[in-house]
Amino acid sequence: MLYREALNLALDEMMEKDETVVVLGEDVGFYGGNYRVTEGLYAKYGERRVIDTPIAENSIVGTAIGMALGGLRPVAEIMTANFAMLAMDQIVNSMSKLRYMSGGKLLLPMVVRMPQGVVKQLASQHSQSLESMFACVPGIRVFTASDCITAYHGLKTAIMLDDPVIFLEHTLLYFEKFEFSKDSFYNPFKARVLKEGKDLTIFSYLKMVHDVMKVVTQIENTLNISVEVIDVGPLNPLDLETLTNSVKKTKRFVIVEENPKHGGFGATILSAVLEETFYNLDAPPLRIAGEDTPIPYNRKLELLAIPTPEKIYSKIVKWGKENGL
Amino acid sequence: MQQSLAEKFYYLMKLGRVFELRAKEEYMKGNIGGFLHLAIGEEAVHVGATVAFEKGDIFTHYRDHVYAIAKGIEPKYLMAELFGKKTGVAKGKGGSMHFFEPSLNFYGGNAIVGAHIPHAVGMAYARKYRGENTGVLVAFGDGATNSGNFYESLNLASLWKLPIVFLCENNLYAIGTRIDRASAITDIYLKAKPYMMAKQIDGMDVFEVYKAVMEAKEYIQEESKPYFIEALTYRYEPHSMSDTGNYRSARELEIAKSKDPIERLKKSGLLSESYIKYIDDLVEKEIEEAVEFAKNSPEPEETELYTDIYCEVCKNVIP
Ligand SMILES: Cc1ncc(C[n+]2csc(CCOP(=O)(O)OP(=O)(O)O)c2C)c(N)n1
Ligand SMILES: [Mg+2]
Repeated sequence: MLYREALNLALDEMMEKDETVVVLGEDVGFYGGNYRVTEGLYAKYGERRVIDTPIAENSIVGTAIGMALGGLRPVAEIMTANFAMLAMDQIVNSMSKLRYMSGGKLLLPMVVRMPQGVVKQLASQHSQSLESMFACVPGIRVFTASDCITAYHGLKTAIMLDDPVIFLEHTLLYFEKFEFSKDSFYNPFKARVLKEGKDLTIFSYLKMVHDVMKVVTQIENTLNISVEVIDVGPLNPLDLETLTNSVKKTKRFVIVEENPKHGGFGATILSAVLEETFYNLDAPPLRIAGEDTPIPYNRKLELLAIPTPEKIYSKIVKWGKENGL
Repeated sequence: MQQSLAEKFYYLMKLGRVFELRAKEEYMKGNIGGFLHLAIGEEAVHVGATVAFEKGDIFTHYRDHVYAIAKGIEPKYLMAELFGKKTGVAKGKGGSMHFFEPSLNFYGGNAIVGAHIPHAVGMAYARKYRGENTGVLVAFGDGATNSGNFYESLNLASLWKLPIVFLCENNLYAIGTRIDRASAITDIYLKAKPYMMAKQIDGMDVFEVYKAVMEAKEYIQEESKPYFIEALTYRYEPHSMSDTGNYRSARELEIAKSKDPIERLKKSGLLSESYIKYIDDLVEKEIEEAVEFAKNSPEPEETELYTDIYCEVCKNVIP
């Protein structure tokens, strides 16, 4: 199944089951969604429940907040995370705080979904990974979906929750195929161990999970070690328990993230894990992140700016050799 | 006068169109990547307005190729940018959506819908402040007029009495959403009317666009007040190369094409057969050379990834 189809299925099932679930966003209805995530929903549920909006991101989130206050469960799609920057006022100043400021009287059962990340030559304004911006705001849950299982179960859970959720997708995954069955199990509040190992833990999320998986066997063979790979899953709140338990076992960890290193979300993971595992460690942790630059249009420069499987491999091998692996 | 203008319009519209048709071809061959938004069908708006504006500042959204050409940037530097080459207008860092050339007062390509509208308002403030009266023009789509940036800018420009022309290219669509499904007011100039002089024109007629923008320019320069023009136009191509365009009927497209601005100018009687032929050949050659130039240009050096982020001399500035 395609990643976008898993998201579509989650939306469809939730809309089918619960009449208060509505979808809104730019081109989500008649057009079927820029990345075809909402395809077919407009025909099935009509324009009252699949709402095409003008280009007005701040008001998309703002009205979704009002809808949530009014008893609906809105799922807002922001075409890409880049445009969510126009909605930061509603996200940061209202969505994250209404519950707290009202002493728990106001609930916002709502989801704001969006894809992010470097795609291919879309240049600086269309190539950003902005998870840090959302994950640093208390009061919003931030979920990530790296494959069909996390997309399907994660989105369904996000819709059912009474908390506001930012649901992050990666643009390059929409048309990727992943294994899927409805009976699969996934707890979106937890990190996922994708592969067990005993000498090193690699943390990543969204598309980077796949870039790591591509080279993990090669890393194991070169360094003659066994590697544990963890999909961090929710970025806020973090599932620190799973992350630290793994590091206590392997005694080494590496974080792979697509966003720029400075202020990147890996810094938060690193400090949180380090505080708990400092005396367990056999090596200084390593972060493999994007360069601290905007993303250029030229393809070669673009690939220099972000982690790739080759870079992940060579950086981990180099670091491993320097640290006695 | 009419004739020399007609000749200029023909040359620039044709140059723009052939540039874009060729860009489309090179995109399909894989020589150009990313998003490529073509303005084919909208040339009368882009060329008429830019020629009328001459030395003034122009701000546009991502559909910026024809504006850049009409503003006088040589096609070869634009084509090289599309190819992501070192010789491109932005050294290959910006691509199709981000053409800029401040030496020609071209502040072009912003890919965040509506974001550049307040930039133009600020530029108009700065120009007025410095006593420079060449005028500012900001072009944007119908879709952008539903954004907060748009309304806030109308109010600011009017409140601060700024010499700026707002030019809405109403091509009836914002990606797959037709105007009446996104905007409560479909005659867009009416949105601006409470704030400033505002009118609607036929954007498929380059003379009409030119005349309207000329009038607007003279008005803003004399009165120091903003002016709004809605040009009715149409894009023949899908929104970008990654859009199917299946939300419009073939019939609708056909009707739009029957008003083609280039064909219309050809039929105006102002251009001789021989001139048309001469320009057609010239343009083919110029674009062919631009593609050759782009192909033969080097890629940017790897170190370019880290340049143009911060100003180097700033490190030495101590207050
Ligand atoms: C703030 C923002 N939201 C959404 C987008 C995605 N997007 C790119 S172009 C576009 C449609 C714009 O339509 P319009 O303003 O009419 O210009 P046109 O493309 O028709 O020239 C949209 C929604 C964006 N680039 N920026
Ligand atoms: Mg439009």
